[in-house]
Amino acid sequence: MDINQIQDEIIDEFAFFEDWMEKYEYIIDLGKNLPLIDPSKKDEDHLIKGCQSQVWLEAKDQDSTIQFTADSDAVITKGIIALLIRVLSGQKAQDIAETELYFIDKIGLREHLSPTRSNGLVSMVKQMKMYALAFQHKS
Amino acid sequence: MDTTTERTPIRPFEITEIRRDFPILFREMNGKPMVFLDSAASSQKPRVVMDALVHYYEHLNANVHRGVYKLSQEATDAHERGREVTRDFINAASTKEVLFTRGTTEGINLVAQCYGRQFIKAGDEILISGMEHHSNIVPWQMLAEQTGAVLKVIPVTERGELDMEAFDKLLTERTRFVSIVHISNTLGTINPVKEIIDKAHALDVPVLVDGAQSAQHLAIDVQALDADFFVFSGHKVFGPTGIGILYGKEKWLEAMPPYQGGGEMIKTVTFEKTTYNELPFKYEAGTPDISGSVALGVALEYMQEIDHDAIQAHEQDLLQYATEGLSQIEGIRFVGEAARKASVISFLLEGAHPYDVGTLLDKLGIAVRTGHHCTQPLMDHYGIPGTVRASFALYNNREDVDRLVAGVERAARMLR
Ligand SMILES: Cc1ncc(COP(=O)(O)O)c(C=O)c1O
Repeated sequence: MDINQIQDEIIDEFAFFEDWMEKYEYIIDLGKNLPLIDPSKKDEDHLIKGCQSQVWLEAKDQDSTIQFTADSDAVITKGIIALLIRVLSGQKAQDIAETELYFIDKIGLREHLSPTRSNGLVSMVKQMKMYALAFQHKS
Repeated sequence: MDTTTERTPIRPFEITEIRRDFPILFREMNGKPMVFLDSAASSQKPRVVMDALVHYYEHLNANVHRGVYKLSQEATDAHERGREVTRDFINAASTKEVLFTRGTTEGINLVAQCYGRQFIKAGDEILISGMEHHSNIVPWQMLAEQTGAVLKVIPVTERGELDMEAFDKLLTERTRFVSIVHISNTLGTINPVKEIIDKAHALDVPVLVDGAQSAQHLAIDVQALDADFFVFSGHKVFGPTGIGILYGKEKWLEAMPPYQGGGEMIKTVTFEKTTYNELPFKYEAGTPDISGSVALGVALEYMQEIDHDAIQAHEQDLLQYATEGLSQIEGIRFVGEAARKASVISFLLEGAHPYDVGTLLDKLGIAVRTGHHCTQPLMDHYGIPGTVRASFALYNNREDVDRLVAGVERAARMLR
């Protein structure tokens, strides 16, 4: 599936939730189940510092696609990371660099990606796109 | 307009009526009636303060201290009346000692730079504590870098009190200045500032008190405290943002060089030499925040009108009630359990990040603060990334506490 197909799929899934409570229970579950980043990668080099919560991100290229793994110390942040990874990981570098992430807005989680929220997520998305750009120029 | 203030008759403390003075308390947040528990960051404003801002711009707006016309004189009177009300609020000896600033942060920077440049030299020691707000750390670090002075830190105990035995040892003949927070914005601890001031004065060391939190909760008497400097922010005492107060003893304010240069702070200017204006104007370069000083005066009068003992009893009741309620929740850990506390509660839920707890409480309409509260060294001391902080002001009630406790319980269930 391409990036927009996955985004639409997530939007459909979230349409089933009756209220914010169910939505957050789901996100918290995602956060708890997110495959952890390789512990050796949870270091300063992979750290994206937010004032509220922190994020670790690792990117690997495989053929012409990029695989992301990530982690956070806050479980809600981690749940949103799981969604971002589901959308972007394994996609082509060019698609990642050019994509517009509209699903976050549509499922009502925009506040978590606000630059003033300071949870590391905005910087993480930026970082993902930078990796994609860098890989593109490498190949 | 009269520039002196009369003591208004005391208004009995009646919580329902008090709440009605603060229109914002009746709004919704995320579809729920809002519970505002972040007054330690900034307090809400009573209607009279908003009215004063509008009234100022509708009837009095003109630049101050320089107009020959009636309107400018009225604006000046209103501005100076704000100073007089503030003088009375902190019981300063004279309005010469009451300077308008932008807030606590600017007040501390002013003292660090002006006192520091005049009196602090390489090797001198400046004493602060482990529970300071960044605003009472960084200005002293900057001064230390500029002068070669050394920053010394009074440690904090596990319960969140100052280690006074360590203080006695750290205060030496090398100490040239002490700058200390009156009430910790993170822990709620009320520090023994009078004892600290007396001990420092025994060695001729001046003391600055960071009153950002205490001005909202305690009756302040700078003369009884014998503080050399006392700083606070208008926005935490029910006044507007953008205005603050620096109280300084006249002898220091006379001896220190001015902070910034410009209009208002001068007597005469030639290209050869400028002579400075007298106190307090020497430190107030540029057009001041006139609507701010007017509205701050109204905010302080609002507080003075209400029976202060009753406010304190109410806030202590909320503190105790909330502490009891929250302590029933499994896995809760309080950060800051000093014997003397203001109505500020910091806590953590075992296994849950403060950000997660704060996010879920927000969805329930409850505004708390999460994070390090601008006290990173204190968080490092406890080895935690931050806390969830609920702070109560005079307009909060027991229902707010009930909503908080229920919200934290729910968050605990979801995050466990
Ligand atoms: C103890 C303390 N000191 C200083 C400050 C800084 O105040 P302001 O940002 O109004 O300058 C605060 C505000 O959070 C505070 O709580």
